Amino acid sequence: MHLKYESIIREPLVDGDKSYHQITEDICAPIENKPTKLWTIGFLISASLLAFGIFSVTWEVYWGTGVWNLNRTIGWGYDITNFVWWVGIGHAGTLISAILLLFRQGWRTGVNRAAEAMTIFAVMCAGQFPIWHMGRVWDAFFVLPYGNTRGPLWPNFISPLLWDVFAISTYFTVSLLFWYSGLIPDFATLRDRAKTKFRKMSYGIASFGWAGSAKHWQRHEMLSLVLAGLSTPLVLSVHTIVSFDFATSIVPGWHTTIFPPYFVAGAVFSGFAMVQTLLVITRKVLNLQEYITIGHIEAMNKVIVLTGSIVGVAYLTELFIAYYSGALWEQEAFRLRVMGPYWWAYWAMMTCNVVSPQLFWFKKLRRNVWFTFFMSIIVNIGMWFERFVIIMSLHRDYLPSSWSYYTPSWPEVGFYLGSFGLFFTCYFLFAKYFPVIAIAEIKFILKTSGENFKNKMDVIEEANTEHFIEEQLHHH
Amino acid sequence: MSIKKFAVAVYDDEAVLFPAVKKVRGAGYKIHDVFTPFAVHGLDEALGEKESDLHIAGFIYGITGTCTALGFMGWIFTTDWPQNFGGKPNFPLPAFIPITFELTVLFAAVGMVLTFCYLNQIMPGVKKHIFDPRQTDDKFVMVIEVNDQNASETEAFLKATGAEATNIQVAESDWWFGRFDKKEDYEIQQQLA
Repeated sequence: MHLKYESIIREPLVDGDKSYHQITEDICAPIENKPTKLWTIGFLISASLLAFGIFSVTWEVYWGTGVWNLNRTIGWGYDITNFVWWVGIGHAGTLISAILLLFRQGWRTGVNRAAEAMTIFAVMCAGQFPIWHMGRVWDAFFVLPYGNTRGPLWPNFISPLLWDVFAISTYFTVSLLFWYSGLIPDFATLRDRAKTKFRKMSYGIASFGWAGSAKHWQRHEMLSLVLAGLSTPLVLSVHTIVSFDFATSIVPGWHTTIFPPYFVAGAVFSGFAMVQTLLVITRKVLNLQEYITIGHIEAMNKVIVLTGSIVGVAYLTELFIAYYSGALWEQEAFRLRVMGPYWWAYWAMMTCNVVSPQLFWFKKLRRNVWFTFFMSIIVNIGMWFERFVIIMSLHRDYLPSSWSYYTPSWPEVGFYLGSFGLFFTCYFLFAKYFPVIAIAEIKFILKTSGENFKNKMDVIEEANTEHFIEEQLHHH
Repeated sequence: MSIKKFAVAVYDDEAVLFPAVKKVRGAGYKIHDVFTPFAVHGLDEALGEKESDLHIAGFIYGITGTCTALGFMGWIFTTDWPQNFGGKPNFPLPAFIPITFELTVLFAAVGMVLTFCYLNQIMPGVKKHIFDPRQTDDKFVMVIEVNDQNASETEAFLKATGAEATNIQVAESDWWFGRFDKKEDYEIQQQLA
């Protein structure tokens, strides 16, 4: 009954001899078994990082943002670097779940659940930075347009910083809804096979009482499709708006029209790297290599080499336009990036983002798990430096007397480490209690893309075309 | 909310389910529902369901978001608290676009998910009768409402359509507030019978 026929030349997306029931067993196994020692150790490390992060932030709130090494002219430092970095990482999840859904890319089904979880956790981490950067964090709700007694005095709706508030919160909400609506049927699967009372109850609540009615599935498909359609422009808009934080200012090196596309490409680039970092480990530890295959890893590496090259072109374009503009301050800003006090950050960025991903043109390296893992770390470091380089453009402004150099203080580093703690604590909990692969979606592609089903296609491939058509017509 | 009697047929594969649906409908039975572990494409059509209108609801919510954002910001900037930002117009449409877009998406997404939950009558704390515990795993379950007279006849017919297993169940046809780790009265009775 599958109208879609996929050539056997295409690599299977589900390896091994799988049935619908076997898929359920495989994906539910890590949830239903006791956590491994590795999981417990990883979780404890993450939780302690988170605790240190909370301590660092508490310190900052108690003493004020003065404990951070921010100064005139560098008012953004580590904090906003980390914000942009984390938001960017989030973008891969939405790209996989939404844009690849619209493009009908079958391989997304193996990785979309984990990638989208990563999006949500990354956006949660990102949101922390601007909030605590406000200093008087108890007044953070001032950014919301609520009827107050001061007029009412409204926030400035034409400020990119306020657009960010709307963009990030919308992005978080929509990603969460998209992710959770996909999780409902899988929670129902877990609920109906639960052996313990507690699991039956909690997955019962989490599954919203889903039973799998045909009409409900029809609406579910429609919901996924429209949410994908909404998320696609949304994900592009979010990093565009983040880039507006820089591009609409009149700071040399920031005031450029190339920023929106260049930020979006960089976001997808770093996001896919983070997906690789997580999934290369997840598939091994949870024994899911048959669902997240080398083919999946290769597909993502192709995205990395594409977006890495786009980012590389953007860097070179920036340099050329700075030279070609003839604007003295613009030229000086870029000269300082390449050869100024922060030259090391610029060249770290160039090496990690532009040069090293080019190795992915070799098929052997694209399909090598260890190399992929190593590269994913390199790309994440590179993309962090990209944001650092951009923000450090502030170290020289128009007034030489205020030129400065910036190094972070311990609460800033602690805050950054704490965001890793938050991210990985959430991810470890997700990997233990949630199905890391979309069970229902994998079942849906099994008969077109499963290895055992593809092998059966040999007979059809060899059959006479006319005869095949004849037979199909009679069958229906 | 009512407790009814159902003939339940469990199928092993969607390739068996489709001809069975055709036969059952052809014989004039009214199918109460079919439960599947994943979205089986074409099943809604085979069951004679019309296409979902959820996307239209989504469009209406989206437009509401657009109007809310533009109306609210426009009212503030032109009427409630007009300010002069560097001599720019009081209604700077291009600068309103980001927030307008975000609110459009937000309204559409939240509205659609709530509508989805309302139409399907699903919510945390809601319980529904699960005819076969493997209907969310690998089995395809067709359910037909029966009465005392035609129960065994219907069950036999379903068996003949290629069902792996059939049975008669007395079950609540609607949802109720309940927990999945607790048995309801009628479920206990059913087990005793």
